[in-house]
Amino acid sequence: MRLNYPTSIKIIRVPCTGKVDVIHMLRAFEKGADGVCVIGCMEGDCHYKAGNFRARKRVEQVQKILNTVGIGGDRVKMFNLSSGEGPLFAKYAKEIHEKIMELGPNPIKLKKNKAA
Amino acid sequence: MIVADKKPVEEIIEFVKDDKKILILGCNECVTVCEAGGKKEVGVLASTLRMYFLNQGKDVKIDEITLERQCDHEYLEEIRDVADEYDAIVSIACGVGVQFMAEKYHSIPVYPGVNTCFLGATEKRGLWTERCQACGNCLLAITGGICPVSRCAKRILNGPCGGSSKGKCEIDSNLDCAWQLIVDRLKALDRLDDYEKICPIKDWSTDRAGGPRKVVREDVQI
Repeated sequence: MRLNYPTSIKIIRVPCTGKVDVIHMLRAFEKGADGVCVIGCMEGDCHYKAGNFRARKRVEQVQKILNTVGIGGDRVKMFNLSSGEGPLFAKYAKEIHEKIMELGPNPIKLKKNKAA
Repeated sequence: MIVADKKPVEEIIEFVKDDKKILILGCNECVTVCEAGGKKEVGVLASTLRMYFLNQGKDVKIDEITLERQCDHEYLEEIRDVADEYDAIVSIACGVGVQFMAEKYHSIPVYPGVNTCFLGATEKRGLWTERCQACGNCLLAITGGICPVSRCAKRILNGPCGGSSKGKCEIDSNLDCAWQLIVDRLKALDRLDDYEKICPIKDWSTDRAGGPRKVVREDVQI
């Protein structure tokens, strides 16, 4: 397929999105990530039955937390696709990249750099 | 177990907004099971506060410790050497833990990070319901194992009342009438004769009505 997606995206592989916990996403932001995108299997197609539903709820929790601390809940998003949908992956990757570019850098990263 | 619910993080921020060194203290017991104050929640709260303060441009040190229990001297002693380093401690144990902590460490303000709710059971993940009000004088033997004190809105001992309709309570159509449950249970146990017996007036002095309570067991004291 040789598809392109933005180089700003770093992929972290997990056995299932159900493995992704709230603290993992928060740590990413604490360390300076500008956005986090969780990509899980199609709803109803989870090999572990409910992993992607758990992930969606956790993403919603993180959105609330980020809104509270003033970073903006839009920086974290969940997508669903099947493993055969490469073009859709590339599309979503582009979409989140554009969204983050629009939001600008993580304010925490800027403040951290300023302090250092 | 003691069931607690998370406090809104805005409320916790308000407690500690002027502090420079904060300890988030979790508990490995009941609040871990009800996912409000265990090690995981300590991590999430600490991370949230760190990001909040960084975003405000404040340099605040936030540490995380989770104790086996916060309602026992021996476990609370584990932080004796480090507690003085902090301007504030946010305890996300139940109200017992927060108070025991405050009694033991006089010079440091201790703030609650959860709202302690009741003594209950895990019906399923994310759903906890009340089962006991610690009235100090257990009636479960005569009510088929269903507690009218905690599960009947009126706490009546010879029910049901006129508000019981189709097995549900008048305060909420989704709430089971405790006395309907008791009758059904006694019927299943073939003990409906017990239901006919009038329950005498309960001695409420062992309940909270008699003021703060204590249990003294000289047989286990050293």
